[in-house]
Amino acid sequence: MKTVYVDNNATTKVAPEVLEAMLPYFSEYYGNPSSMHFFGGQVQKKVDEARAKVADFLGAEPSEIVFTSCGTESDNAAILGTLDSYPEKRHLITTRVEHPAVGNVSTYLGRKGYRVTELSVDREAQLDLDELRESLTDETVLVTIMYANNETGVIFPIEEIGEIVKARGIPFHTDAVQAAGKIPLNMKKSKVDMLSISGHKLHAPKGIGVLYIRKGTRFSPFMIGGHQEKGRRGGTENVPYIVGLGKACELAKKHLDEENTRIKSLTDYLEAKLLEKIPNTLVNGDRIHRLPNTVSVSFEYVEGESILLLLSDLGICASSGSACTSGSLEPSHVLRAMGVPFTAAHGSIRFSLSIYNTKEEMDYIIEHLPPIIQRLRDISPFWKDYLKSKGKG
Amino acid sequence: MWDYTEKVKDHFLNPRNVGEIEHPDGAGEVGSLACGDALRLSFKLDENKRIKEAKFKTFGCASAIASSSALTEIIKGMTLEEAMKVTNQDIANYLGGLPEEKMHCSVMGREALEAAIANYRGEKVIKEDFEIVCKCFGVTDREIIKAIREDDLKTVEQVTYYTKAGGGCGQCHPKIEALIEKVRKEMEKEAPPPKVEKKKLTNIQKIKLIEETLGREIIPALKADGGDLDLIDIEGNKVLVALRGKCSFCPSSEFTLKQYVETKLREFVSDDIEVEEVRP
Repeated sequence: MKTVYVDNNATTKVAPEVLEAMLPYFSEYYGNPSSMHFFGGQVQKKVDEARAKVADFLGAEPSEIVFTSCGTESDNAAILGTLDSYPEKRHLITTRVEHPAVGNVSTYLGRKGYRVTELSVDREAQLDLDELRESLTDETVLVTIMYANNETGVIFPIEEIGEIVKARGIPFHTDAVQAAGKIPLNMKKSKVDMLSISGHKLHAPKGIGVLYIRKGTRFSPFMIGGHQEKGRRGGTENVPYIVGLGKACELAKKHLDEENTRIKSLTDYLEAKLLEKIPNTLVNGDRIHRLPNTVSVSFEYVEGESILLLLSDLGICASSGSACTSGSLEPSHVLRAMGVPFTAAHGSIRFSLSIYNTKEEMDYIIEHLPPIIQRLRDISPFWKDYLKSKGKG
Repeated sequence: MWDYTEKVKDHFLNPRNVGEIEHPDGAGEVGSLACGDALRLSFKLDENKRIKEAKFKTFGCASAIASSSALTEIIKGMTLEEAMKVTNQDIANYLGGLPEEKMHCSVMGREALEAAIANYRGEKVIKEDFEIVCKCFGVTDREIIKAIREDDLKTVEQVTYYTKAGGGCGQCHPKIEALIEKVRKEMEKEAPPPKVEKKKLTNIQKIKLIEETLGREIIPALKADGGDLDLIDIEGNKVLVALRGKCSFCPSSEFTLKQYVETKLREFVSDDIEVEEVRP
């Protein structure tokens, strides 16, 4: 059975070039970069080279790149590191659709006595910038808004938001974990102060991330330990993974064009065909300002986990925002925040592509998904009801 | 990724009795699109008032579909009185078990069955008579209490797994905790723990059992470490042994005797046995 992997927003395959670049650093060049001897020193050079590649990918200075263990750590560090630098200010602004690495940190801070404003989104999963303007105060210590949403792929107007926030002199962080490698990022032309990325969304391995911190930004270390990363993040550098991430960023920069042309056309093709072949299908989120690789669709009157398991049996790997797959008993907080009708919220499926996907794979999905939906609709009490109500039953 | 049994997978991929009976004798529906699962059950009785046919339609996950399919198979051929006794645990057991987080799917099966039977009998199960504890999922105290009793639930998390109550905003957690405490206190008073009676052995039986236990359990283990043991005599509850092989000059022999030999004999024969070493 062939595997059709369309769950790249969950994680990606490590590129062969990345794996190859990493291998010498396990058993051959395993020195500690901080060591005085040549053995460590040669490794230090390689870390610097990787750092330069990441900086180039982000349009940043190497000194602004801090390596972390993952996107979640980058988010935690950005938020807690900023709050720690301005202890008198107790107001935080974020959105209702953040990844839990930001959302749950905000909830935690709310319990600790911070006032947290969660900006709402509309039916297209877009923000209301007036709502943002009105919520900024002199007490606001940080605004943290994700660059692109993992579930819907919707891209927020980060530069416009940056203009508004920086006009008030308030620190601005963005979780760009899903955006990096899919749309161009350039910190030189940006108003963003801090930005998080994650290796395993970029064809690097799981367990490595980056926090970009603009020169001049106040930051208190989150991982406190040795002097690594210029005292901003303690812990011996994860050399092989840093080298891997450097390579991955180099490749991602090269592939940005393909991502926004060939991959985008595959995503659009998949979306169009599913809408055409399966009745009562909705697309969740703004279709224009959206990552080129992501489409979230809802199939009315059927449930997400069932769809995923039947797809999985055919080798097709996707994910869902349904209650049964969310880990809680409610559908994804993103779909709820968007006001997706409950006829559709539980039947949502997210497809997220990568440069490794092909048109044949899309055709395979297009061939097999409609019968799956029909099969589940035949089992569902609501489909027949719906048909009856339309005089088709 | 849920660890589903083969039977759950089978009933999900090949559900039995999908459909809606045209003129059913009884029909019931629970759940909703908003909830994320719903089950519509209908049945027909034969001349002997046994369930001849049962059909279901389900909106929900693999556990929900499998539970519904299993339910219809279980109740076929039953009288309504028998069907009323089917518990959610019966449904889960039929499927070889469900992940704990999915037990509410089997509870949904039982509730739909209750609703269908009530419908047949012309009874109305009025939810307004009971207090809604969980507003997010519309779960009443009656349902929670029933789940605590029938499924021996001890924590709020378990109540969520079986009824969904508390799985949304979480504001009802204190109420659920209070219900658990109250109901479990009542359950304790009603059923004292049963006493385990140990059978009394005759002398001959005891001696035989000691020899057996030594031969089967104890000596092979000692031999594996280069030691050995000879049974010298048995006086009442005192078992006299001599350690041989490596055991005879091992500094841990005292420990071996008491901790190992005595414990094993107490476990298999009688808990008042004492072991003593006989030295030449």
